[in-house]
Amino acid sequence: MEKRHNDAVKSLEDIAERFYDQLEKGEIPEMKISTRSKNNIVFNKKMGVWKYGRSKSSRSAKKLKGARMILRTLYMMDFIRDMIGDEKSSTLREMYYISEGWDKAKFGDQSESDRLAEDMEIVTDCLREDFKLRPEEDGARLIGDITIKERTRKGDIREINCRDDVGDSGYTIPYNVEEDKVNFGDLGVDFLIAIETGGMFDRLVENGFDETANALLVHLKGQPARSTRRMIKRLNEEEGLPVVVFLDGDPWSFRIFASVAYGAINSAHLSEFLATPTAEYVGITASDILNYDLPTDKLSKNDKKALEQELEDPRFNTRFWKDEIETMLEINKKAEQQALAKYGLDYVTDTYLPEKLGELGFF
Amino acid sequence: MGCHVDSIAEKLAEKQKEISIGEFFERNKHILGFDSLTKSLVTAVKEGVDNSLDACEEANILPEIVVELEEVDDREYRISVEDNGPGIVKRKISDVFAKLLYGSRFHDVRQSRGQQGIGVSAVVMYGQLSTGRTTVIRSKVKEKDYAVEMEITMDTKKNKADIISEEVVLWDEKEHGTRFETTIKGLLRSGDHSVFEYLKNTAIVNPHARIVFNCDGDTTVFKRATDQLPPPTLSVKPHIEGIELGTFVKMAKECDRRRKVSSFLVNGFSRISYRTAREICEAAGVDEKKKPEELSLAECKKLLKATKKVKIMAPKTDCLSPIRSMLIKKGLKNVLKGYRPEFYAPPTTREPCVYSGNPFQVEVGLVYGGDLPSDGAVKVLRFANRVPLLYKKSGCATTTAIKNIDWRIYGLDQRGGRGMPSGPAIILIHVASTRVPFTSEAKDAIADIPEVVDEIERGLRECARHMRTHLNKEKRRKKVSRKFMIVKDILPMIAEKSAVIVGKDPPSLDKVMTKIMGVVYVESSYQWNNGHCHVSIDVNNYTPRKRKLKVYLEKPYPDNVAMDTMPEPRTDGEYLEWHLETLKPSGLQQINFKFDNGLEKEDMDGLEIYIEGIKGTSLIGAEPLPDDWDVEMAEIEKE
Ligand SMILES: Nc1ncnc2c1ncn2[C@@H]1O[C@H](COP(=O)(O)OP(=O)(O)OP(=O)(O)O)[C@@H](O)[C@H]1O
Ligand SMILES: [Mg+2]
Repeated sequence: MEKRHNDAVKSLEDIAERFYDQLEKGEIPEMKISTRSKNNIVFNKKMGVWKYGRSKSSRSAKKLKGARMILRTLYMMDFIRDMIGDEKSSTLREMYYISEGWDKAKFGDQSESDRLAEDMEIVTDCLREDFKLRPEEDGARLIGDITIKERTRKGDIREINCRDDVGDSGYTIPYNVEEDKVNFGDLGVDFLIAIETGGMFDRLVENGFDETANALLVHLKGQPARSTRRMIKRLNEEEGLPVVVFLDGDPWSFRIFASVAYGAINSAHLSEFLATPTAEYVGITASDILNYDLPTDKLSKNDKKALEQELEDPRFNTRFWKDEIETMLEINKKAEQQALAKYGLDYVTDTYLPEKLGELGFF
Repeated sequence: MGCHVDSIAEKLAEKQKEISIGEFFERNKHILGFDSLTKSLVTAVKEGVDNSLDACEEANILPEIVVELEEVDDREYRISVEDNGPGIVKRKISDVFAKLLYGSRFHDVRQSRGQQGIGVSAVVMYGQLSTGRTTVIRSKVKEKDYAVEMEITMDTKKNKADIISEEVVLWDEKEHGTRFETTIKGLLRSGDHSVFEYLKNTAIVNPHARIVFNCDGDTTVFKRATDQLPPPTLSVKPHIEGIELGTFVKMAKECDRRRKVSSFLVNGFSRISYRTAREICEAAGVDEKKKPEELSLAECKKLLKATKKVKIMAPKTDCLSPIRSMLIKKGLKNVLKGYRPEFYAPPTTREPCVYSGNPFQVEVGLVYGGDLPSDGAVKVLRFANRVPLLYKKSGCATTTAIKNIDWRIYGLDQRGGRGMPSGPAIILIHVASTRVPFTSEAKDAIADIPEVVDEIERGLRECARHMRTHLNKEKRRKKVSRKFMIVKDILPMIAEKSAVIVGKDPPSLDKVMTKIMGVVYVESSYQWNNGHCHVSIDVNNYTPRKRKLKVYLEKPYPDNVAMDTMPEPRTDGEYLEWHLETLKPSGLQQINFKFDNGLEKEDMDGLEIYIEGIKGTSLIGAEPLPDDWDVEMAEIEKE
């Protein structure tokens, strides 16, 4: 058993012991955990990312809900302990199905068990990988001139050049991108461009943008998985690759950017591993919609609500974001990345990106 | 110009002539409740049935009423109502059925369904107007061994009957009674505003009547639930409090010439003795020997004003016939069988009050929960003098009173605390009066008389308070049952799992359990064995402190004997009293005994257990000892 897993089991046992001691002393079992909401994230100057603040929520067996949470926590701990003892690992989904047999401790749906797994990370300071829990394969992709050294299942190191050794769909980012699994070799690119939609990623690949612009293209696939964010973070930190982010022009894209650059509310305990504070937002901005006269949709009720919430979100409390959000609310419009096709298939690579990247000093 | 006006006035004058009462109502059918086809059917049946019930009750006869409806032509219904009442003497029949404003109730101050002398004649008139058909009446009085059958139409101009034929017939199966049959235009509907609904609700509040409904061949029988006629209502004179000046002046003018003011007061009004009459005159500065007809308007005013200064007893109540709580409950249970409401608020019968000299009395019932529909507005059953009101709900004093209340504080939904409340509840309101203040001759709705609205409101609040108490108890019970789940199901699992992970024995949970629960929990059960009722009471101390508790149980009947009591009670009289040993946290004390023969399940329903030594908010399954407990005990001991 590896040390990181051993330590994780130890931390879990400590928590179980705390519950046991409370009961033995005749106290109502209780645990405290950082409040996981946008009201409790604060900017960490040293790390340059947003982390949970001081506010704690308490789960007490005095209330039915709290009692159930404590029971579930104990069942999950026991499960992880056994799993690590058996040298196995499981996906979050598998654990959810296993919990079906936990009687009064079972979950309503998988989002509840996923969230509790994150809670355990918070209270133990471990990563869920330390618990040998992993997410489903998400298969985010990457194309460009970089050589990756990946440890295969057999234990050999395989070198893959992500421009020459891969097909059109690129290199698939594995769920574990830590050093024990992935390391970087030669690097022939100047910067990294993260792209929201598969359609736009494929467009840039087909137009050979990775070569003309010396760029590493990364597909975010909507809200990016931890491994994708971690990969971007490592490339930025270890290889010094500047990062730009190219998304749709709507309120949800703003949130994607925040999770890449500032830290996500749900995983703020890991922001220093996952967030890339120097990442820049290329577009689509609200002013792009006007300047490039893009085809648009009207904002839905939910879009507007999301924008209004963002105005309250401390991560967006900057001149740039306030302007963007307010402009979008004002023009009451949103646009997709692919709306640029209005001017032809090459427009995005020949005109839009060079212009926008030029503004940022990349072209 | 002036000349011109004159000539128009002249022209108008030619057209100006007296309108007969018949012609007036002919043009204004809606006033009498014939404003739609559906409603016309209900009104016709109602006028007949109301009269039959009045007649039977007055003659002290248990009512047997048969209503028949049959569609004889497109939207034309033959309707007949037959009763076993005292019958109507031959010479009166034509006036009763074909003369508007002819009746025996108008001048009689007493609670009856009829009050205007319009009802059934209006049905005859409407039938004739809408279908052109005649009305046939058959009636037999006890003294005669034959019945009279008469076919009539109504001369609306002269406001009297045209008798088409008249004959003597045998009616052997009937000792006495009346039946009328007419044909009217109408439309048969089901639902809230139907003939069926009217009869059903009538049955609810008239459990002494047997009503058979024969509708296009389908027969429904609303069975008699009691052989007890409601106590006969007596005629009373009007009460002077709140009587209108105009009425007072009119009464004074019509008074017997030989009387003096004082005797006019004594004889014209209820609850006034010669002494009070003299006091009133004195306070008003009016000579008591004066002839009433000589009283000036100013003097009348003074007299009425003076009545406020003199203490006059409230009106007699024996002119009113409330339904009473038991029958209200029974009636509600009857309609609500399918819904199994979780709570019946104890129905309220308010003390009689007066408006404009007329005594009236309000009763309210309320049921809540169970399978009652919880979306839409609360359902309201309205009654006036035991007659269901189905129409004109929005213009009714009952509705005004309901809307005046902020139901949210009692646990019902109500937008903005105004308007009709919504939720799974049914409200029953009955207004009984010697003169119900209807909004129109159709007697559909009760007018918004402030005194009446106010009384209804008070009645509603009384019931609503019971509902709130019930809901609060329910809430507390739910909260406790959630805690029970923690303590019984989840906490032991937490203990076990944490013990497994830590590798120790599961810890004891007694103390934590009492900290979470924080209540004294009483569970009682009754079981029947060989005719004995076995009672067991479990007193659980789920509080973190030691408790010294006393338990009190009132016997279902004072002479019940408790046997094999374990532990021995301190007192075994009309109530049982135990002083329990000190109970540790998580401690349990059981009490077991049996009652001798003869107890039914219903006897044990609602039997309260009282506990002393813990505050009410920390007590579940029993009541805290009421403050007046000792007083009650003392009284019982005196007897
Ligand atoms: N079935 C009946 N048996 C005996 N008497 C009856 C019957 N129906 C009517 N009467 C008598 O005829 C009178 C007139 O009846 P009608 O319905 O016209 O007026 P009402 O009942 O007095 O007042 P309302 O207009 O309020 O109904 C009644 O007051 C009653 O004395
Ligand atoms: Mg009548």
